[in-house]
Amino acid sequence: MADALATITRVEGLGMIALRADLARAGDAIAEATGLALPAATSITTDGSRSLGWMSPDELLLILPGAELAEAQQALNQALTGEHALIADVSDARAVFDLVGAHAADALAKLAPVDFAALPADGLRRTRAAQTAAAIWRIDGGYRVIGFRSTGDYLATVLNNAALAGTTLAAR
Amino acid sequence: MLILTCPYCGVKAEETELAPGGEAHLKRVGPEGDDQQFEGYLFARKNPKGVHFERWRHAYGCGKWFLAARDTNTLQVFGTYKAQTPYPTDEIVAEIQKSRPDWKPDWSAAE
Repeated sequence: MADALATITRVEGLGMIALRADLARAGDAIAEATGLALPAATSITTDGSRSLGWMSPDELLLILPGAELAEAQQALNQALTGEHALIADVSDARAVFDLVGAHAADALAKLAPVDFAALPADGLRRTRAAQTAAAIWRIDGGYRVIGFRSTGDYLATVLNNAALAGTTLAAR
Repeated sequence: MLILTCPYCGVKAEETELAPGGEAHLKRVGPEGDDQQFEGYLFARKNPKGVHFERWRHAYGCGKWFLAARDTNTLQVFGTYKAQTPYPTDEIVAEIQKSRPDWKPDWSAAE
């Protein structure tokens, strides 16, 4: 039997900071404090270890190695002094999965109403994966999926089920 | 299946990514209104077979409320626009009249 459509691994140890602010006003300060360019709508910018994802017109998600979390949070707090802004550590509220493999897009296509093969290289798409909310973007050789930790077991189950060996969508 | 473009993030969202919010452009009856007007504000809703304005929320995406103009009979979508709009915009009206030349707005923007 063929291999699974994608290798699915749960990623632990990432730090995540939810940022809410008026991005037109505070965008430059956020870009400077995080060391990343401000992402355009529905995209994500990265420098290799850190990423800054666009979540909504007034919300960003900073993803970084867990060890840098406290320092980054402090820098952001300092940069956004006086702004009406939210800087919240949401690391423990999220479940992160990496789907790596030639047919990872096929597995995601079974769960979300989105054509992930057409996702731009720096695209970030918030959608649903089966019945739970998820944000999905490209990583080397596949996709990264983040969802709520409270539905993380469910997300792991549906992802593994969608990636079962021999279930590619192309005609066989 | 209904596909609406979220005017905030530009994502072409499919119906299952959205949450419906009923009729758009409701105006709250203030303290000077009587009981009958307030009852109308709470319960009286349009239910047309044809052009309709609705509230939708991009629930599985950016989470913002927006407004959509569509035909409830043919499911033709005329356009979506931001929720901070007191009346359907001129572009939306023009788009509706392109395929429904007899359709007339039932509001006046001066109100």
